[in-house]
Amino acid sequence: MTKWLEDHLPKVVLAPSFIAVLIFVYGFIGWTAWVSLTRSKLLPKYDIHGFIQYERLFAAPRWDVAMNNLFIFGALFIVISMILGLLLAILLDQNIRTEGAIRTIYLYPMALSMIVTGTAWKWILNPGLGIEATVKGWGFESFTFDWLVNPNMAIYTIVIAAIWQSSGFVMALFLAGLRSVDTEIIRAAQVDGIPTWRVYTAIIIPSMAPIFLSAFIVLSHLAIKSFDLVIALTGGGPGFASDLPATYMYAMAFSRGDIGQAASSAMIMMAVVFTIVVPYLYSELRAKND
Amino acid sequence: MTDLAMSTARGQSRIGKVALRWLLYIALGLFALYYLMPLFVMITTSLKSLEEIRTGDLISLPREVTFDAWKTAWATACTGIQCEGVRPFFWNSVLIAVPAVMISTLIGALNGYVVAQWQFRGSNLFFAALLFGCFIPFQVVLLPMARVLGLMGVAGTIPGLIFVHVIYGLGFTTLFFRNYYVSIPSELTKAAKVDGAGFFRIFWSIFLPLSLPIIVVTVIWQFTQIWNDFLFGVSFSQAGTQPITVALNNIVNSTTGVKEYNVDMATAIIAALPTLLVYVVAGKYFIRGLTAGSVKG
Repeated sequence: MTKWLEDHLPKVVLAPSFIAVLIFVYGFIGWTAWVSLTRSKLLPKYDIHGFIQYERLFAAPRWDVAMNNLFIFGALFIVISMILGLLLAILLDQNIRTEGAIRTIYLYPMALSMIVTGTAWKWILNPGLGIEATVKGWGFESFTFDWLVNPNMAIYTIVIAAIWQSSGFVMALFLAGLRSVDTEIIRAAQVDGIPTWRVYTAIIIPSMAPIFLSAFIVLSHLAIKSFDLVIALTGGGPGFASDLPATYMYAMAFSRGDIGQAASSAMIMMAVVFTIVVPYLYSELRAKND
Repeated sequence: MTDLAMSTARGQSRIGKVALRWLLYIALGLFALYYLMPLFVMITTSLKSLEEIRTGDLISLPREVTFDAWKTAWATACTGIQCEGVRPFFWNSVLIAVPAVMISTLIGALNGYVVAQWQFRGSNLFFAALLFGCFIPFQVVLLPMARVLGLMGVAGTIPGLIFVHVIYGLGFTTLFFRNYYVSIPSELTKAAKVDGAGFFRIFWSIFLPLSLPIIVVTVIWQFTQIWNDFLFGVSFSQAGTQPITVALNNIVNSTTGVKEYNVDMATAIIAALPTLLVYVVAGKYFIRGLTAGSVKG
């Protein structure tokens, strides 16, 4: 008996986690997928009724707004964070004496909760007492900056706060990438008299392609999961003008009592994440095995 | 260094180089201001009286520094119907985060040890399955988890939240330890086995003593994740067990009475302090966790 245990100890140690993952990740995904095919309302039902929830979802104006917002938010957030992060990384890579301190400053927002970030920016962007009022106080009476309460612009306030929070992190990724480029090649280029900006555009940046991919994966993952920031900053409002899929799902699950809609919207979110992440993970795992 | 050689070769571009250097530092300084501005505004606002907030502007320093808002935030601010400040919620977060971090780190270390050093048929498959779990949007498990917590009798309790955080933290903790242990030569394990050491003995006397850096990285990562969590907190807690992020959101968005911006800001800083402190004290490990967790993931 003890011999058996000794031989199988690694499996025994792994077993609880394995069972937990099986139930709480894959089983739960299965449960949600199943319920998304039923007519569940306040309580889950288990008789399958086809794709009725998905039909309702795609017909719902609020979901339409949420998906549109996800594309606007996701595109701007990812592109601007990457540009800003790369720019900051290149600036910091010029033998800056105070690099450590500056890096610390650029990256600290990443340690904050999205709720804290949302609360801070909600105060800064509020038209009554924030930036708008401050600039008006300087004598520019006609200055308006009411994005937070403007249904057409509210989603952009989330972009602003999210970039503030995550761009420093992208900088850290790129800085690590810049440091890993072979210094011999760079020195050779400099000896040949190639201007610095050409060294960057022709040699360094192209060699960082894997880092761009990682940054893209991380940022898109953050974008799709964005929930806290919206809740804290706009609450999805005005009305539901700044809803994202995550806030839609939450509203359906916990305040509207529409479990069918909650399940189907969660499945769509997962589908979006997986179309981005699965090919990446697959290639990563394969590269490791080779 | 090569810059210097080139600029002396072409003497007149020297002034250009110095100007460029200044421009660089100015740009870096402006960006630093951009990142610091919200923190600065939060701190100054929390030290102003409401009267001064209404009449003054966002970026001015407080004329009269008062800590009243901090006292209110800690002890008497209202979250919904109860008015005990964020103190009880701060302790809720501590009670959730400390055990959840410890348990998930311990299990992650053992899992990582097995996956890296005691591979068997299917152990890699397990690791891949666990990795996918890191990437799922948690919305997809919210509904069934709410029901299971109810069935287990821990719905709305702190043990329930600890359980949820441990389960969904396992992916990352295992990943961290696995990637760390994989770089330790397997000959070490083999030699120890030949000498008659068993599974736990090798873990305890060889691997654990080598693990301090990765333990620090994992603990910091898990603590930041769990302390800053809002989705699980808001979904699986009730009035007395809410974590501080949920309480902060309730205070800020409570619609009763006068809007006390200074109290909101003080509360937000209190909620941010533990993770900020960790970042300032152990920033190196924090960054290592961030990059390892997201690049390798």
